Amino acid sequence: MKSKPTALKTLDIVSLILLAVATYLALVFAPTERVMGDVQRVFYFHVATAWVGLLGFVAAGVSGVIYLKTQNLKWDLVEQAAVEISLVFFFITIVLGSIWARPIWNTWWTWDPRLTSASIVELIYLAYLMLRQGIEDPDRRARFGAVYTLVGAVSVPITFISIRLFRSIHPILDSGQNAGAGETMGLTGDMKIAFFFALFAFTVIFIDLFWNRIRLGQLQQKVEQLKLKVME
Amino acid sequence: MKENKEKRSGNYLRAIGAVAWKDLAAELRSKELLSAMLVFALLVIFIFNFSLELDAKTRNSVTSGVLWATFAFAGTLGLNRSMAIEKDRGCLDGLLLAPVDRSAIYFGKAISNLTFMLIVEAIVLPVYSLLYNTNLFQPGLILVILLGSVGYTAVGTLLSAMSVQTRTRDVMLPILLFPIILPVIIAAVRASGGYLQNLPFDQILPWLNLLIVYDVIFTAIAFMVFDYVVEE
Amino acid sequence: MIKVRKLVKRFGLKTVLKGMDFSVEDGEFVALIGPNGAGKTTFLRILASLARPSMGTVSVAGYNLPQEAADVRRRLGVVSHQPLLYVDLTAAENLKFYGGMYNLQNLPTRIDEVLEMIGLSNRRNDLVRTYSRGMQQRLAIGRAVLHDPNVILFDEPYTGLDQDASAMLDDVLRTVAARGRTVVMTSHDLARTEDLATRFDVLSRGKIAASATHKDFGSGNLLTFYKNVLEEGKAQ
Repeated sequence: MKSKPTALKTLDIVSLILLAVATYLALVFAPTERVMGDVQRVFYFHVATAWVGLLGFVAAGVSGVIYLKTQNLKWDLVEQAAVEISLVFFFITIVLGSIWARPIWNTWWTWDPRLTSASIVELIYLAYLMLRQGIEDPDRRARFGAVYTLVGAVSVPITFISIRLFRSIHPILDSGQNAGAGETMGLTGDMKIAFFFALFAFTVIFIDLFWNRIRLGQLQQKVEQLKLKVME
Repeated sequence: MKENKEKRSGNYLRAIGAVAWKDLAAELRSKELLSAMLVFALLVIFIFNFSLELDAKTRNSVTSGVLWATFAFAGTLGLNRSMAIEKDRGCLDGLLLAPVDRSAIYFGKAISNLTFMLIVEAIVLPVYSLLYNTNLFQPGLILVILLGSVGYTAVGTLLSAMSVQTRTRDVMLPILLFPIILPVIIAAVRASGGYLQNLPFDQILPWLNLLIVYDVIFTAIAFMVFDYVVEE
Repeated sequence: MIKVRKLVKRFGLKTVLKGMDFSVEDGEFVALIGPNGAGKTTFLRILASLARPSMGTVSVAGYNLPQEAADVRRRLGVVSHQPLLYVDLTAAENLKFYGGMYNLQNLPTRIDEVLEMIGLSNRRNDLVRTYSRGMQQRLAIGRAVLHDPNVILFDEPYTGLDQDASAMLDDVLRTVAARGRTVVMTSHDLARTEDLATRFDVLSRGKIAASATHKDFGSGNLLTFYKNVLEEGKAQ
């Protein structure tokens, strides 16, 4: 069995270093926000993880379409990897968002369009995983998975729009505070560095995880192939 | 060439009609599906009645929510049953053996599912009006119910074709369907509420537009991917 | 009528059909026999255009699968161990429905003909729910020949039938085959198969292991032939 390619090993290490630097920038380097205080530092990772979640969401939808066109199981693997990564990172986003919201808005949860859409994506992913679990035939599992990610990829933006519309027509009292973090917060120079570095670092981490997960899937397939050979 | 095309489209329409006719004829005889949906819908309304205390004051604002929650829950029952009839006796194979495009089967099933849904809604509305002494027979509301039901069955028919082919099919449909159908529910609840509270039309219009867009997009997607859901 | 070259069918990583060659001439009645799990049903589903071949070429009635599936379907009838009927419709309504799916002209007369042939004219307006298993299976055959196909596939048509019902089914099968149609049938009932078919192919381990006609049996019968083939396979 092939050992891990050197490029991937290097990327693993680079990702770790980038994560460490991003953490330093967010927690130490960036100045403390005047109004919100230290809890604002959550913001850097909150946005960066959401970004990774979004990358995974788009990647899953695209590989789903490619799978339906090519019927090549390789793309099913890519799709599944993207879904799993996106699931984990959106979850972190939501948790960080809650940690932030508690002291600032005095509530663990707000029905903000972005946060709500992210949690609906999570529900779609959970449904996706349950759907796959209920199907034995790998080809059918892949086809149904691809169809469902495609349907999800189209419906989530519409959901986002409808939640937006829902709130703009029926504004709630603290809407001024509730508007997204990025808009209300003026980022100073050092904050910007921490912010964009976190985005960059997490993009690299996304690629690294994606690569590792796809490789894991390929190894899994190989093991199953060998098992079948032994049984015959 | 042209004649051939005409012949083929006649063939296509006749197949859609045959599938829908077959479902309706069988259902008119057994009434299994409609009676289950209806009883369930009435039970849901009763549960809402006691859990929300639908008194005169609160009723106006929650009526549309109660109605759509009822339709959505009762709808999954009908969708599940309608597809299970095809799957259980292998009739799906019989449909697939016919020399017509698979999407004709989809449209046939979608039409019969929509009809069942509209029949249930046509009975629930007067019952609700009677129970709570309000008049729900407004042309605007009926338009919303029609648009919402089209979107619901367009996605529901596609997803029920997937869910009946899984091991966990009894529980799978609502889990797959609800996160995808959320925009329809939001828009339909808002638009119905708007009509019931006599809001000006320009506040209702965005929701009607959203429903129409959703209906068109998802009918098109289901038309394109239904092949992948039923073929091996 | 049917030509199959180097057919491979995989389900995920598992290979069910392994480069199978198979052909049937016009008007032949071929019985496909083999142990459970040899891939008989999978193979018939590919011929019926219900499953796609992973590799190899398949042509039925002069059309290639899966590219020209609609042309094949128009000329093909299938009877499986499930009757593919709607129990809340009557026999006539079931046929009317399938006639619509095949876009048949003069449907009412054709339905009368078919019901006559399968001997269900007097029960045409009864719900299929009230039919016995044998009657359902006969109606299933009626459904399969409604559009007068050139090729008919039978997948274990005797499953769940008692002696009387099987004997009646024999008659219907003979009538169907006598019209110059090409038939491929899988069955575990070797005695009945031996009387009906003109050629016998053994499917084992994803390939046709042997092929024979009545002449080749010599003093033995289909059962001895089948046993020999399987033992040779094991010896290899």
